[in-house]
Formats: sequence, C-alpha cells, structure tokens
Amino acid sequence: MAGTENSQKSFGWAATDTSGLLFPFHFSRRENGSDDVTIKILYCGVCHSDLHSVKNEWGFTNYPIVPGHEIVGLVTKTGSDVKKFKVGDRVGVGVIVGSCKTCDICQQDLENYCPKVIFTYNSKDQDGTKTYGGYSDIIVVDQRFVLRIPDNLSSGACAPLLCAGITVYSPMKYYGMTEPGKHLGVAGLGGLGHVAVKFGKAFGLKVTVISTSPKKESEAINRLGADSFLVSSDPAQLKAAMGTMDFIIDTIAAVHPLAPLLGLLKMNGKLVTVGLPDKPLELPIFPLVLGRKLVGGSDIGGMKETQEMLDFCGKHNIIADIEMIRIDYINTAFERLAKSDVRYRFVIDVANTLASN
Amino acid sequence: MAKSPEMEHPVKAFGWAARDTTGILSPFKFSRRATGEYDVQLKVLYCGICHSDLHNAKNDWGLTPYPVVPGHEISGVVTEVGNKVKKFKVGDKVGVGCVVESCRQCDQCNKDLENYCSKLVLTYAATYTDGTPTYGGYSDIMVVNEHFVLHWPENLPLGAGAPLLCAGITTYSPLRHYGLDKPGLHIGIVGLGGLGHVGVKFAKAFGSKVTVISTSINKKKEAIEKLGADAFLISRDEEEMRGAVGTFDGIIDTVSAVHSLSPLLSLLKPDGKLIVVGAPEKPLEVPIFPELITGRKMVAGSMIGGWKETQEMLDFAAKHNILPDVEIVSMDYVNTAMERLVKSDVKYRFVIDVGKTLKPQ
Repeated sequence: MAGTENSQKSFGWAATDTSGLLFPFHFSRRENGSDDVTIKILYCGVCHSDLHSVKNEWGFTNYPIVPGHEIVGLVTKTGSDVKKFKVGDRVGVGVIVGSCKTCDICQQDLENYCPKVIFTYNSKDQDGTKTYGGYSDIIVVDQRFVLRIPDNLSSGACAPLLCAGITVYSPMKYYGMTEPGKHLGVAGLGGLGHVAVKFGKAFGLKVTVISTSPKKESEAINRLGADSFLVSSDPAQLKAAMGTMDFIIDTIAAVHPLAPLLGLLKMNGKLVTVGLPDKPLELPIFPLVLGRKLVGGSDIGGMKETQEMLDFCGKHNIIADIEMIRIDYINTAFERLAKSDVRYRFVIDVANTLASN
Repeated sequence: MAKSPEMEHPVKAFGWAARDTTGILSPFKFSRRATGEYDVQLKVLYCGICHSDLHNAKNDWGLTPYPVVPGHEISGVVTEVGNKVKKFKVGDKVGVGCVVESCRQCDQCNKDLENYCSKLVLTYAATYTDGTPTYGGYSDIMVVNEHFVLHWPENLPLGAGAPLLCAGITTYSPLRHYGLDKPGLHIGIVGLGGLGHVGVKFAKAFGSKVTVISTSINKKKEAIEKLGADAFLISRDEEEMRGAVGTFDGIIDTVSAVHSLSPLLSLLKPDGKLIVVGAPEKPLEVPIFPELITGRKMVAGSMIGGWKETQEMLDFAAKHNILPDVEIVSMDYVNTAMERLVKSDVKYRFVIDVGKTLKPQ
C-alpha cells in the first residue's frame, strides 16, 4: 500500500489526481540513518512548482504526491555520523535531498546537476521508496542536504529562500551579475522575481522590474527597492529602454516572447531564464549574433552555494515577503497562486496548523 | 541629384555587381575615394566568396541597396598610403575583412570590439561616413582606413588565406570568447562548409577533441582524414545522437538554415555552450525546460571579431599552418560559383583570383 514503505509514521497533505486538490494523507518516513537528520517541520513555502506538480502539468507526477521544498524546521534526531547538526538546531531543506555524491559534478558541489539527483518530493530515493515533501510533519534527510538557517532570519519568511532564493542567487553569481553599478532587469514580479530584486540591490546593481502589470509599480519601487519599472506591454516604454540592461533574470513561467527582452540588453548582454514554461520559446538568432548576447538557463544551486546564499541573506537581512497560511487553506492558496494573487509567496504554518486526525 | 557610381569619387574602379534580386553579377564601373591622410589604397589580389555575399546579392535579408559589389574576404597589396599612415607602406601585403569603419569612441570600440559598434560600417552594401555606398572586394582596388587594414603574415598564401577574414574570425572569436579554446575540451562543429571546416581546424589547433555534426554522411571521410576531426556525428541518426548526449563542452553551430536547437542542446554537458554563428532568417525554438535549465546551458551568438582579434587570428593561423581549403576561380565564374554555393557544392570556399582574372571590359 502506498505510503507505508517505511517505519516512521508521518502525516501530511497530498494530491492524488490531476485536479491538484490536496487532502490529509498518512504515510511514512525511513528510520533515521547514521548520516540522517530528522526534522520537525515548522514552515513550508508554497512554490509554483508545487502547483505544476500536483496538477501533473509536466507529465511526470507519480501520485500520491506530497509537495513542498522550501522547508524550515527543528532537528529532533541526528544519526551517529552527523557532526554538523544537533538536536534543537534550526535548519532548512530545499529542492533536493540526495545525489550520487561521487561524480565529477557532485565533487564540484553541483549536486543539483547530478544525473542521479533526488528531489525532495516525487522522486525515487536511494532505497527505492518515494520521496515526500514538506507539506508534512517531519522529514528525514541526509545531512549533506540540510542547511543552517542564520540566527537573525525569521523561520517563516526564510523558507522561500530555499527554492526561490537559490534559484535566482545561483545564476546571478554564475553569469556575473554581481558587479556594482551594472543594470539588471527582473522580468516577472512573483516569488522568484521579488527575491531577485532584493539580491540585485544587495549586489549594488541598478534594478528595473519588467512586468505586464502596471499596478505592481508602486510596491516594486517603494517596498522592494527597485530603481525603475517597465511595463513590457507598452511599446513606447520598451523602445526607450532598448539596449540599456547588462543582464535580465527572466522568472516568467508562462510561454512568452524573448525578442523584446533580448532587445533590452546591451551588447554582450545576458538573458537568464529560471521560469519553467511548458513549451519551447521562440529565439530570434539575429539579435544574438549581432549583439553577441546569450540566453542561459539555471536550476536552483548546489548545497554549498545554497548555504552561501542563506548566509548572504543573514548578512544583508534579506527575507521573502510572505503571506502565512493554515494548511487547510492550501487549495485556495493554489487557486490564488494560479492567478498570481499573492505578495509574493504563501508559507504554510505547518507546526501550528497541521494536525493529525 | 545623386552622382552615378562612376562619378562619385575621383579614382576609377571596376568590379562585378549584382543589380537585382536574381543575384546575378556582371561587370560594373564605379569609383573609389582619393587616398585620405589615414587611408590605405590596395590592389585586390584575391577575394573569398562568403555565403553572406550570396544572401546580399539576392537580397535574402531585405537590406541590399543595389547595385551591390560583394566581397569581404580580401587580400591584396598596398599601392598608396596617406601621409599620416604609420602602419603600412607601399608593397605591403594586407587583408581587409567585413568592417571598414566604426565610431571609434563608444564602449565597444574602446574595447577593440568594433564589430559590435552600433555605428559600424560594413565593407559592402553599407553607407560610409561620407554618405556614399561601400563596395566590396569583387573589384580591382579598395581604399580603407588603416585602422581596418590587417597585416598579412609572411608565410600565409594570399589566395587560400583570404577566407580567414570572415570565416576564420567568425569561428575563432567565439572559441576564444566563450572559453572553448582550452586543451582537452570536446567541441562540436555543426555544418561543414566555409565556416565549419575552418572551425574544425581552429578547434584542433586549440587542443580540443573535435566532432563534426552534419546531415551528410558523405562528408565523413574528408572530415576525419583531411580536416583532422576526431569523430563525425550524423544529426539525423537518432541512435548516434542518443549515444552522444551530454558529451560536449561546446558546440559551434554554423548552419544558416532553420533547424532545431533541442538535439544540439542535449549533446551538451552541464554548463555547456551552444554558440550560433549562422544567421537563420526565422527564429529558432529553444526548449527552456528541461534542456536549458536542468543543465545550466546557454545559447549565445557571435559575429566576426574586432580588428585586434582578427589580426591575432591571422597571426595564429600563420603560426599553426591553418589554411582554409579553397577552390580558386576566375572572376567570370562567379555566377556559376554562386549556383554551386547554394547547393553546398564546394570544398569549402571559392576564392576569386581577382588580381589575374578581373579585367575591365
């Protein structure tokens, strides 16, 4: 019977079909092994990937699915080989909970690109059982994939950093978007985009938010600290900004045209896509060739870099802007998320609202 | 009233031009400016036939101002220099590539990236700073600002070396800029034509393992035995392509026809780079998820190179004996050459022996 493969009882909310509706769900976790840490989950962020997954929009969901990969909690058990953590520590778990640990890629601390990577949910663990995510009471994780949360960051508002945060931090480092004074465009102002604005400002960049919604302008500038706001559906605004940006982080998940964004880049400019559209996008080649521009992808980050990102947030007091919800609000939260009706991440107050029946 | 091409400038010139979208070239009288204080006048000896010449002659890109005298892979000898020219003297062997002027003061120009200057002036089918049209190397003489004239390395043949000035720099520059010039990398070259065959030679000279990726099995023997490629991958063979997934550090895509990027992206290792140097006229589809994102891969463009890098490339080619494979033709063969070029029936670049076969009519 699904969910009874392991020996530690666990309880969460799961989706069982493509309606994506979640319901209470009993399952189990493995015993805490020598390298493992068991975590009582306090908070879990609601990532747009959770929504894509519960509805099987990418076609690889294996029901029942317990989503959630932006987890903050407290250590309740540590295995005999665990030195980095002790009971009571406040820790985080992100998008991945395992990798082969031995290949070239893992050895470069890029576990996220390991061909044998194990995702926090909807993946097959090393013992062959299914992984279940953070919309649940506890989780058992190999210590390599557990992160320390900086003391000064509040748990709930820190949770989204574990996916949204690293998803924008990693490419900003990799593609060189950290030189003070350069001009960064952030396309899309949602969970990923709003964190990208905060990181951009912390790196000393001039930041322009690129959005189709004029009503987001006031918040973008007054609350998030963006320097300017570009309504991408306004041809005059787009034209005036052509060739002015050194880089653009494109967080838009829907299928959208790349040509206008490429036009905003200076020569040698870089467009990095971190949103996950479900169809290929059209890429006009002439602007790439004539301007030596590039379009690159990026996929979360390795564990070392995720810890570095959290420490960076601790140093610069960067947290996500969240709306705290009860677990039983999750289906409504998903409906609102589909309409981008959230500023800018829902976070489930798991510990206080997830009650086993 | 605008002056006729013959009367525009004081120095008579003669070449072959296309006058309409048939792209057929024929003798054409025009004129060149007097040699200014910073100018170099050269007698054209050889000019490579670049695929761009064909696109321009037929107005495939919708930008051609007829009449057009193509040609931007030019080698020749200096016949006159302006009184402030320091770098060249009469009798020097020189080259001219795709660019004859830029603004010289913008960020790009200041970084020796004149090819990315927003005011760059192309060697032909463009407008010079004096408002007159530029005419290319299918002609007897050229007058070029010394900044855009290249020293011709002593041991480099003028005929076979001419295509380096476009095909050469177009593949050399991205291999350097995107870090694909380190020994031991696995580089793919897509398309085995003028650009591709030179790309193979440069990548081998950088110490890479080189795989040619092509639709034509009949190019395999030459690719390996003559050009020195290490392997050959038929892009239409699904099983071969599957076997090569995730094995390339970089791929230079020289194909100008519309084609799918997805199979090429899947060939790349994580952090791999797909560099497009061909110029398809329609957008290509790029699968953001999963290909681009789950491997942190990139698709990037590149266009020729700046003057400094072009000189560096010529010197590198001379030092490592890198020469394009050419078929030397006479000027009056040019229309036939263009027809054959459409069918990719050339190994791998035509070069016009302008010096000996361009005769005023």
